[in-house]
Amino acid sequence: MSLDVIDRQIIQATQAGLPLVTEPYQAVAEQLGLTTEDVMQRMQAMQDNGVIRRIAAVPNHYKIGYRFNGMTVWDVDDQQVDMLGRRVAELSFVSHCYQRPRHLPEWPYNLFAMVHGKTEQDAEQQAAIIAELLGDSSCQHQVLYSTKILKKTGLRIAG
Amino acid sequence: MDDIDRTIINHLQQGFPICPSPYRQVAETLAISEADLIERLKQLLEQGILSRFGPMYHAEQMGGALTLAALKVPEPRFDEVTEIVNSFPEVAHNYARSHALNMWFVLATEQPEQVQNVIQAIEQQTGLPVYNMPKIQEYYVGLQLDV
Repeated sequence: MSLDVIDRQIIQATQAGLPLVTEPYQAVAEQLGLTTEDVMQRMQAMQDNGVIRRIAAVPNHYKIGYRFNGMTVWDVDDQQVDMLGRRVAELSFVSHCYQRPRHLPEWPYNLFAMVHGKTEQDAEQQAAIIAELLGDSSCQHQVLYSTKILKKTGLRIAG
Repeated sequence: MDDIDRTIINHLQQGFPICPSPYRQVAETLAISEADLIERLKQLLEQGILSRFGPMYHAEQMGGALTLAALKVPEPRFDEVTEIVNSFPEVAHNYARSHALNMWFVLATEQPEQVQNVIQAIEQQTGLPVYNMPKIQEYYVGLQLDV
């Protein structure tokens, strides 16, 4: 989707967050000298086209009790990684699942799946379920727990 | 955080309407007042229970690019390197992880070629090699975490 100057102004005005006032789209419109209708139409179009994934609340995993956020990484047979990646992604506790390039010899892992547990045991159990699903197609794996959020701002476009 | 906060978080992870008075519409669904909803969202953001509330923009759909990258940071340099990496507006998220590759960040750029420029700048400023791991395939995104 091609974005024009006004779309970009709307993105810049809302990328840090939606105003917490009774009429937030009107507030954005007033700030940019647009009509509320125009702002809503453009944001709806961006949402329909996937430029906006969704308008939503993003919780801090730790603060809502999910202290064990593990990036599970798997060395999966290249011939099967697509089929297996789709199946791993269907597991209800997997939030993100990607195929990524290896960096051999240090980093042999090509399938990444994020899991989130309230306890370490929960997260380990989730990793065990993935291990079972992958079976012999994955010869090694690791779980990298996040120990600290260093930054979480989301996408920012420059002015 | 009480039960109403939890309901708000669970509900608003799924989406938020585009209409003139969206908070009122959500508040009605949740059977609370519009003012209460707005006040609670302010508190949740202030306390860091929510890291963000608003539109989540998708770099690739905007014609840009996203990548996941990692660094192997010597422990004594961790804070210094964190500061350098976080100083780039293109770094959307950055996490410390328990591994030799101990810093993992997401780069989101408006122009695809910017990814390479930012990686080079990070390598130059930190003196460390960046392990770039752009996705080859995305299988699914979208879990909601129940509070």
